[in-house]
Amino acid sequence: MELAVPENVALSKLDELASWCRKNSLWPMPFATACCGIELMATGASKHDIARFGAEVFRFSPRQCDLMIVAGRVVMKMLPVLQRIWLQMPEPKWCISMGACASTGGIFDTYSVVQGIDRFIPVDMYVPGCPPRPEQLIQAVIDLQDKIQREGTLMGAEFHERQRQAEKRALVESAAPRPRPLPILAQAAAHLTAN
Amino acid sequence: MTDTPATLEKLTARFGERSWTFSESANSANRRIVVPSGQVFQFLEFLKTACGFDMLAELTCVDYLHFRGAADRFGLVYGLANTGTNERLIVRCFLNEPDLAVPSATPLWESANWFEREVFDMFGVVFQGHPDLRRILLPDEFEGHPLRKDYPLRGRGERHNFQRITREDS
Repeated sequence: MELAVPENVALSKLDELASWCRKNSLWPMPFATACCGIELMATGASKHDIARFGAEVFRFSPRQCDLMIVAGRVVMKMLPVLQRIWLQMPEPKWCISMGACASTGGIFDTYSVVQGIDRFIPVDMYVPGCPPRPEQLIQAVIDLQDKIQREGTLMGAEFHERQRQAEKRALVESAAPRPRPLPILAQAAAHLTAN
Repeated sequence: MTDTPATLEKLTARFGERSWTFSESANSANRRIVVPSGQVFQFLEFLKTACGFDMLAELTCVDYLHFRGAADRFGLVYGLANTGTNERLIVRCFLNEPDLAVPSATPLWESANWFEREVFDMFGVVFQGHPDLRRILLPDEFEGHPLRKDYPLRGRGERHNFQRITREDS
């Protein structure tokens, strides 16, 4: 059957549409603790111009951000602060670990410096370098946009990977004939029908 | 440039020649006196009131554990400055466990407050009479004094002992 689609109508999936909107309007939360922060500022300034990729609105309140850029070393006194800020950010949210220190602790292999923030918070993109040049950070933003477009879903199901795996495993193990919807989707459906 | 000889004469007149020693670097840029730890406060007080050292520019500590030729464990370093004459003088005294206590210099210079808190935080030297001797850099619940040479370089798990936040939790 052929469908007659008018010229001014485009067909897509809702997930892809949402991801397309999200990826072109990232709001970074600059968690800059060291020299990487200087490169982060350079990336935000006019010469390198992160606005070309829709991520120019740096906000200093985690409530207004969806992309945390951890730029610099994080010490054990700072890590609870980092975790708290991460939890304060509304979903959907992503994290870029910028530079050697944030990713691995870098040269600071001492009692106080956390050896990679990904031990304690989820990280989507790692940027190598000490500090990375702005081009590298921009590449990370582009790669993150790619990731959001490929994996993003309207209801953020990609953030619940373990839960999704458990659902799949439960389906196989119990050989249940009918797949249950994701709890978050069921919740949303209930919300929609209630209103 | 400076009138260190005058200062030394005053110190000799007040404390005699036996209890303290004077030395200076080859270019005379650094002059220092080593005083007995029991008398350090008297020396500092005299240097401030009689010799015009109105500024405590620095106060730190060195751990000489396993240092070759070192007889004492900890060495305190007071960096004094006379802002009228540009004269500078380093005052040193040595401490050994278990008696890691010296009188606080806060009655003489306000700047000693945070310096002494840092030395206490990092080395565990107790400054008697300090108005607020708490840790200044490390968290209050931290145990140990990490700038001591016998503290493990990679710590005792301080950097590992955190809750892990996953995507599901956040």
